[in-house]
Amino acid sequence: MSAGSGWISDALREHEQGHDHGERPEMPAGRTELPVTDREQQVLDRIGRARRRRPRVREERITMSHGAGGKATQSLIEAVFLDAFRNPLLEPLEDAASLSVGGARLALTTDSYVVSPLFFPGGNIGDLAVNGTVNDLSVSGATPLYLTAGFILEEGFPVADLERVVSSMRDAAMAAGVSIVTGDTKVVQRGKADGCYVNTAGVGIIAVDALLGVAHAQPGDAIVVSGPVGDHGITVMLARGELDIEADVSSDTAPLNGLIAQLLDAVPDVRAMRDATRGGVATILNEIARAADVGVLVSEDAIPVRAEVRGACELLGIDPMYVACEGRLVAVVPGDSADAAVKALRSHPLGAEAAVIGAVAADQPGIVQLKTSFGGTRIVDLLVGDPLPRIC
Amino acid sequence: MRFVDEFRDADKAHALAAKIAALCEPGREYKFMEVCGGHTHTIYKHGLEDYLPEQVVLVHGPGCPVCVIPMGRVDDAVALASEPGVIMTSFGDMMRVPGSHGSFFDAKAAGTDIRMVYSPLDSLKIARQNPDRQVVFMAIGFETTAPSTAVTMLRAAAEGLANFSVFCNHVTIIPAIKAILDSPDLRLDGFIGPGHVSTVIGCRPYEFIARDYGKPVVVAGFEPLDILQSIYMLMVQLSRGRSEVENQYSRVVPWDGNLVALKAIGETMELRPYFEWRGLGFISHSALAVRQPFAAMDAERRFSVPGVRVADPKACQCGEVLKGVLKPWECKVFGTACTPETPIGTCMVSPEGACAAYYNYGRMNRHRVAEAASAHSAGPA
Repeated sequence: MSAGSGWISDALREHEQGHDHGERPEMPAGRTELPVTDREQQVLDRIGRARRRRPRVREERITMSHGAGGKATQSLIEAVFLDAFRNPLLEPLEDAASLSVGGARLALTTDSYVVSPLFFPGGNIGDLAVNGTVNDLSVSGATPLYLTAGFILEEGFPVADLERVVSSMRDAAMAAGVSIVTGDTKVVQRGKADGCYVNTAGVGIIAVDALLGVAHAQPGDAIVVSGPVGDHGITVMLARGELDIEADVSSDTAPLNGLIAQLLDAVPDVRAMRDATRGGVATILNEIARAADVGVLVSEDAIPVRAEVRGACELLGIDPMYVACEGRLVAVVPGDSADAAVKALRSHPLGAEAAVIGAVAADQPGIVQLKTSFGGTRIVDLLVGDPLPRIC
Repeated sequence: MRFVDEFRDADKAHALAAKIAALCEPGREYKFMEVCGGHTHTIYKHGLEDYLPEQVVLVHGPGCPVCVIPMGRVDDAVALASEPGVIMTSFGDMMRVPGSHGSFFDAKAAGTDIRMVYSPLDSLKIARQNPDRQVVFMAIGFETTAPSTAVTMLRAAAEGLANFSVFCNHVTIIPAIKAILDSPDLRLDGFIGPGHVSTVIGCRPYEFIARDYGKPVVVAGFEPLDILQSIYMLMVQLSRGRSEVENQYSRVVPWDGNLVALKAIGETMELRPYFEWRGLGFISHSALAVRQPFAAMDAERRFSVPGVRVADPKACQCGEVLKGVLKPWECKVFGTACTPETPIGTCMVSPEGACAAYYNYGRMNRHRVAEAASAHSAGPA
């Protein structure tokens, strides 16, 4: 190895020094070799311990992977932000923090939007900014009330485009029953931003008694999704026009508060809810497996995916389970409430294609297993980097 | 979805699996190498090994384009991309491959202009839009992708584009297979032939494997049923004592290959005397370079490329994995120091790399999976 090859030498040194380190199961002479599956399992156990180690950011600079919602994002959040800001409200790393203020339980969240292109079939950055924050509050069991809006605009950005974005925000807020009550505007020089970035923060009131959180998932629970996955991600990817693929798809951006209220009414013992955004459904399933230290079993056949989205994913060599949604709910409910949950979701227009996609198990904690349509078994891990098309 | 679902039919898979099991002679192990990384990916992604009897073992081969790129070539590419005025274009798979000072993603974060393209032709668009910059395409891959690089060069020549060149890293599959056949470490019973490479080179180039080495070859498609059927075809050949080249992927692969594509490669590229493969070392006549008449489009002639040879990190056992001698999890650093987010070896980078495929899809308790499967099949049908 060349001198100074940075993190590679660091990683190897850590590997040598790590208390997990031991020789790989090589057999001393004369002794019977362990069966292959046992040797393999020893290695897997060691990997499991390595994965539970404190995450570190090895890169010297931020790369695009840090924003992709997969492993690098998770490392950045845990190693940089959580480390610096650590407090009991932040620690669960849920979509919104829940706090008590003067006897009331509130949920608070924030999100920034940098989507490119700004306008795409089914919506634009404005809808997204309102619905995303409404959804982060709703999945925390809160009724969203008030939003803030911050704009970072690039010199030269057409005012007509800004007006389109803002009117979409107004309509989305009206549809979700929230008000945008304060805001901020900054303009940066041409070339220092890409047209328009939006940040929203939101506050809501938590009226339900249930303690929601992915850490509450228990063996025997069912996992439910509110509709077809991957619509938003594929729509935006195709709207960029770089792929020369046309398909009749549009973003699923929508406020989930109505749908969630209906679900909580019918199934008050919902354990956890997440809206599937960056990193898709696969990322949420991994969050469940990790936070609750349980196994998650899903069936590929049960996951609803539109034919157009599946087709585009096949062409691009990406897995729809990792593709972003902007109006899809993943809920963990007790196994015997699964039917009631699906029924409640299906009675709402946004949940018409809701389905049970899998279950929580005690076996293989921390791992998400998928029964493939082909009839085999594989795991579904957190995404590494962007979903990149394969080259052959 | 049509043309996809019919190749992933679980009932047909069960029927084929039963036929494969019936052909297994008691006490005999069958080792088949799937040469192509695309097959490795399919096998893990669909959990195909669940259908195979324990006696049938799949060994992952060297046919993953980014896996075989040595570290020195990545460093050369980063050096090229860092030249003033250069825009480097690359396939997405290449972006995370580690060089000794980081990957393309790291170079990009440090200010180098490296752009992801979906087709080499996109590089020409970038060259036209940036007449005052030099656009260098990082060309990688086997005979599968070489034709698209060739066509891009021919089009650039026809247009008279002066600011486009190719950093050519195309490799050829046959010398790699030969190196594996000559390696003493491995005893194989047959090959699942690379389907996409064969759409270009056809099936004839594999005849020496059957004739001189006595191993059957079945050129296979990329859906899970294609691979299962190819394994069955290999088992049939072995059970009858035959060794032939057969084409399971005849819906796409013509026996003689694609003559137009071969002509385009021949016009623009020629064999290098030797080329370094990651983990496999130098293999003679195993890679392509830009031909003299296209010298102006050859980044290696046009820029000064450091050409430094960088030894692989000592702990990295990609070579053994690429040759199929080690299973991914048998590598010393697998999954602890070397993971998809911080890959040390190339096999951990591409979705077609054996280590990445195993880490992302196969890392689970086999006993438990088998128990669950038998419990399931014992239950009410």
